[in-house]
Amino acid sequence: MLDLHGYGPRLLEGAGVTLQLAVLSLALAILLGLLTASARMSRHWPLRQLATLYTTLIRGVPDLVLMMLLFFGGQMALNVVTDALYDRFGVDWYVNLNAFAAGVITIGFIFGAYMGETFRGAFMAVEHGQIEAGKAYGMTPWLVFRRIRFPQMMRHALPGLSNNWMVLLKTTALVSVIGLSDMVRVAAEASRATHEPFTFLIPVAAVYLLIASVSEWLFARLQKRYNVGFGGH
Amino acid sequence: MPDISLWFQELLAGNVIFTPTTLGYYWDGLVTTVQLVFLSLVAGLVLAVPLAIGRSSRHRWISLPIYLYTYVFRGTPLLIQLYIIYYGVVFFDGIQQTFLWPLLREAFYPALIAFTLNTAAYTTEIFRGAIKATPRGEIEAARAYGMSDALMMRRIILPSAFRRALPAYGNEVIFMLHASAIASVVTLMDLTGAARFVYARFYAPFEAFLFVAAIYLCLTFSILYFFRWLEKRLLAHLRPQG
Amino acid sequence: MKKLLTVSILGVAMAAGTAQARDYDHVRIGVDVPYEPMEYRGADGELTGFDIDLGNALCAEIGVTCEWIEQEWDGIIPGLLARNYDAIMSSMSINEERRQTVLFSDSYITIPGAWFAPAGSEIEEISEETLTDKSIGVQRGTTFDSYVTDNYSGVASISRYSTADDMVLDLQAQRLDIVFLEFIVGQATLLDAHEDQFQVVGEMVSEPEEYFGEGFGIAFRQRDTALAERFNEALATLKEDGTYDEIYQRYFGDE
Repeated sequence: MLDLHGYGPRLLEGAGVTLQLAVLSLALAILLGLLTASARMSRHWPLRQLATLYTTLIRGVPDLVLMMLLFFGGQMALNVVTDALYDRFGVDWYVNLNAFAAGVITIGFIFGAYMGETFRGAFMAVEHGQIEAGKAYGMTPWLVFRRIRFPQMMRHALPGLSNNWMVLLKTTALVSVIGLSDMVRVAAEASRATHEPFTFLIPVAAVYLLIASVSEWLFARLQKRYNVGFGGH
Repeated sequence: MPDISLWFQELLAGNVIFTPTTLGYYWDGLVTTVQLVFLSLVAGLVLAVPLAIGRSSRHRWISLPIYLYTYVFRGTPLLIQLYIIYYGVVFFDGIQQTFLWPLLREAFYPALIAFTLNTAAYTTEIFRGAIKATPRGEIEAARAYGMSDALMMRRIILPSAFRRALPAYGNEVIFMLHASAIASVVTLMDLTGAARFVYARFYAPFEAFLFVAAIYLCLTFSILYFFRWLEKRLLAHLRPQG
Repeated sequence: MKKLLTVSILGVAMAAGTAQARDYDHVRIGVDVPYEPMEYRGADGELTGFDIDLGNALCAEIGVTCEWIEQEWDGIIPGLLARNYDAIMSSMSINEERRQTVLFSDSYITIPGAWFAPAGSEIEEISEETLTDKSIGVQRGTTFDSYVTDNYSGVASISRYSTADDMVLDLQAQRLDIVFLEFIVGQATLLDAHEDQFQVVGEMVSEPEEYFGEGFGIAFRQRDTALAERFNEALATLKEDGTYDEIYQRYFGDE
């Protein structure tokens, strides 16, 4: 049996951190992605430009650099605001941007840009006639979104979504560099302490593969569900 | 006007961060990043072509091991692969006495190996997809000409697969550029390593990281435009003729 | 309602003028672990070390409760500025560069730096010549990093690490020829832990002043002058009543 030199519980905790981080950033990314996609298709020019700028800039810079900028710089920027609050108004309020929050925000922010592209393509694939039909029925824009655009959009977006999720999952490993004890960091620490890198790094790699395989299976099932009525896509 | 130039002079005078020394670090970092990414892409490409052909083989004993390799390297974070190679090589008994050690001792080569294996896995899958998408007509025409399998692969399938793979490969190149930022984790002074150094010395996260982000952005766009230009040239025959 | 709001905002704003000197009854201290024997975890997992014991004694003397918050060296000053904690007590050398950003207490200990190499290393003294084409390990953002960078980056290659542990591992793996760090830390992690494998090269380094001169201090945010003053007073008291010597003996007794 695998001898983890007592690092077992911490590795398990680290795996929990990785999963939480991945799921929370995915939620944030989907939200930002929907907003970006809507903004890019908006009638208002500034909104469209803003969304384009966001997707272009984010996709041009490495994740790790963005993460460090936010983790190290974000604290200082927040500090300017909270210090001003304290000096002017005596409000003793501060935001503690810990490594976990910085990780979720950065990863969500980065993948929001990718999701935006995925959703935009998917929204555009929904037939315009159906939306018109919904409007003709007297549906409110929200109802049109909920009943017509969203379910059909999901069908087109799922392959891209699944792909983004797989990349996002692997990106979570980077938080170990800014000091968050995810499973990669614990494994690296344990490898150095025990001089047995393979004992820790290979099982952690296997956990990533396991999560990836399970999600692949789940996405295949989801795809089947959203394809109902479209026979054999 | 004099106001602006005065302001600019003051800015430069009060600037302790972007001195010739630190700009030198950024320049060295740029050179390291470009070397690392370029070499791993070339080596990855050389590995990927035969692997993609093998991966498309009908024989499972050829295609299955290659599939396993690409599955593992695409399914796990590059950071773990880098750690395994960087720390792993040290613990082979007696490695320090072999002829390989002068290379493996530097952080550059373990990083190069990890990046090469990673990009080769992705590139293999990109090429396999492109090979699979070869139109049946082209294959049948080649067969009708009596071409052997090898000749058909060399003359028909690969050239057209390369062209089809171009857009996806362009994305892979950008992906590698961005992924290379983790080289700084194993002490390499690449672009990100230079930024981390400047940050730690001057506690100036915005200057250090925004500057390096701008450099990465320029690199990304150069790659993007290069591949657009390449696509235009190589895929010219597919455009509707006017 | 509106009037009430205006009045209360005014009131708060006026109060802020005097609220500058905040009274702490709970002080959170940032520390980078492990850095034996200054700060590390014992076998039982408890934080211990010279900084930790002295810090706790100082807090007791002042009459506040202390909480230790672990933070990696790279981010230790930004973390203080962002109020993740109120002080840093983590073997931090007092120097001009840092003084631009933080407020230091009086120096509480002076510890020289030293060069460590594997036993039998061909480097027998420290000079530009002997270090030419060698690889030197330092911890990123430390005074040792600055010193080595400014003096030897032309001739040697410098590898920078996030933690002292990583650096020691690469020295053992022979990726590094020599490392430069605090003498007592090198003594604990290299000499004591791996007898006969490592040696000190050359003299202890405590000059020039601009890098090493003033010893270690506790860092505060620049606005917290009152807090720094309380720590300075407590430090003086502990030095007088013998508590300081007792803690010093506990960690550096046999020298």
